[in-house]
Amino acid sequence: MVAQYLSMTAYTATVTVRLKHGVLDPEAETTKRSLERLGFELSALRSADKFEIDLDADDASAAEAEATEMTERLLANPTIHDYEISVAETEA
Amino acid sequence: MTVAVVQFGGSNCDRDAVRALTYLGVDAERVWHEDGLPEETTGIMLPGGFSYGDYLRAGAMAAQSPIMDEVRSKAENGTPVLGVCNGAQIGCESKLTDGAFTTNKSARFQCEHVYLRVERADTPWTNAYDVGDVIEIPIAHGEGRFEITEKRYDQLEANNQVLFRYCDKDGNSTDDANPNGSTGNVAGILGTSETVAVLMPHPERATLPDIGGTDGEGILHGFAE
Repeated sequence: MVAQYLSMTAYTATVTVRLKHGVLDPEAETTKRSLERLGFELSALRSADKFEIDLDADDASAAEAEATEMTERLLANPTIHDYEISVAETEA
Repeated sequence: MTVAVVQFGGSNCDRDAVRALTYLGVDAERVWHEDGLPEETTGIMLPGGFSYGDYLRAGAMAAQSPIMDEVRSKAENGTPVLGVCNGAQIGCESKLTDGAFTTNKSARFQCEHVYLRVERADTPWTNAYDVGDVIEIPIAHGEGRFEITEKRYDQLEANNQVLFRYCDKDGNSTDDANPNGSTGNVAGILGTSETVAVLMPHPERATLPDIGGTDGEGILHGFAE
């Protein structure tokens, strides 16, 4: 059993949640207009939420599966959001 | 009929809801979400407010409260459930109804009177009206834009689940009469059964004669059936 506990690795799952393509993002539109008012030229601006989750798991795929469930159940609303998850060993 | 008006941290229309229901002769009481639903519950109202400060998304946190499992199971057994404003957002987040309510097209909080066209008159919430009736009710929200995928919107239409649409005072669902950019001017929808409904406008603010119009009382009458 001890060996099993020792085999857990610390991972950081980075979850990026953004609105699905085609879903209006009024806050991003407002931010874009403000940048333009400052004199910047830009053709588009998209916003996204990023979550960094530190968790222990047996391996990277287990960490990703756990983060995926967290995202599906709470962090994203699948009706309006798409998401991406990347997993890396936590830097000490 | 005892209506449980479920209070989450940050709910703020719970007292208004109890007052309006009591005025209509409906027995109603506030229920703290951690206490669970009382046994005698025969109706459930999810009131407006800013549960959990609208963190993450409006309604997302409250939707995870254990009481929502009870609400879903009661809803499946035919208990009337009405979600208003933040309660509507919680209803969508907890899958009582389809779709999502998200940031207004204006990106602003909007507090104003709007007109709604009644799309169904054969539900407990709309028995008092006729199809095509125009009623005036206030909205007060920053995240009330109804969003749904095209395919699921078509399903809502096909199943006749749209209950109210924003319209002008003559009943035309125009872009100008759409206060928040909602898909299809949708202001309120039904769940899979007619006893479950959510809407962004506030019927409890249009029920007591002393504070303005009474066009919303017909909706709350759904609990008196």
